[in-house]
Amino acid sequence: MMHHGLFFQFNFYVFGLIAVASALAFVTRKSPVAAALWLVNTMFCLAVLYVMLDAQFIGVVQVLLYAGAIMVVFLFVVMLLNLGHVPGSGDIKRLWPRLLAGAAGILLLAEFSVLGRQQLPRQLIESTAQNNVVTAVAGPLFNEYLLAFEVTSILLLAAIIGAVVLAKRRV
Amino acid sequence: MVAEALFFSAVLFTIGVVGVLTRRNAIIIFMAVELMLNAVNLSFVALSRLYGVTGQVFVIFVMAVAAAEAAVGLAIIISIFRHHETVDLQNINLLKG
Repeated sequence: MMHHGLFFQFNFYVFGLIAVASALAFVTRKSPVAAALWLVNTMFCLAVLYVMLDAQFIGVVQVLLYAGAIMVVFLFVVMLLNLGHVPGSGDIKRLWPRLLAGAAGILLLAEFSVLGRQQLPRQLIESTAQNNVVTAVAGPLFNEYLLAFEVTSILLLAAIIGAVVLAKRRV
Repeated sequence: MVAEALFFSAVLFTIGVVGVLTRRNAIIIFMAVELMLNAVNLSFVALSRLYGVTGQVFVIFVMAVAAAEAAVGLAIIISIFRHHETVDLQNINLLKG
């Protein structure tokens, strides 16, 4: 296993804690739109964790599929059913969210200054390029688990038909 | 790194369970289920560092199932909303004994 520096570990903790804090905010928000956006934040942080755990392909798929597709479907349904308006939940007025946002900005500046001071390890980039992260996932997916992969297509077809039939307006 | 990832995964899964148990809005409960799936994915990815890349293959399958589940579940929620004019699970108790 690769040895990681203190900066790496610090970033891992930061994004993990942001993911947990966003999940807590997601559970406690009244408005479905705010909850969905906090969940999107959690999913982005999880994508960062995946990349730091040497699963770059999964990280990309996480951003594209979860944060990009599934959560958009959720927000679309919230919009379709017109559930966004919750009485008594106005825009942000209190002081502590602004302080938190300022802390996040200061953290970003600190990370930039640390990144600017140290040189990016060239060796790590080359080893990541040689690791062939996509091939490593695709190998077992199309050999050992080929049957499961094909069955997934039937699952998706059934889901498409089911969604259309269920949500269809009867005329 | 793996131990920390498993810790975060457990915390996120618990938050998802709390969301399912405490919220009443069907869409938010659904999103909490997605959060639980994400927590399990984090465990898979973390353990794939120790036990080989098979865990990442499973994550891809989990994501496919999650996408199908989101499509069907949201269609069910839409058809329930057409019928009851609400997504509050307290008002949807036709099958309650």
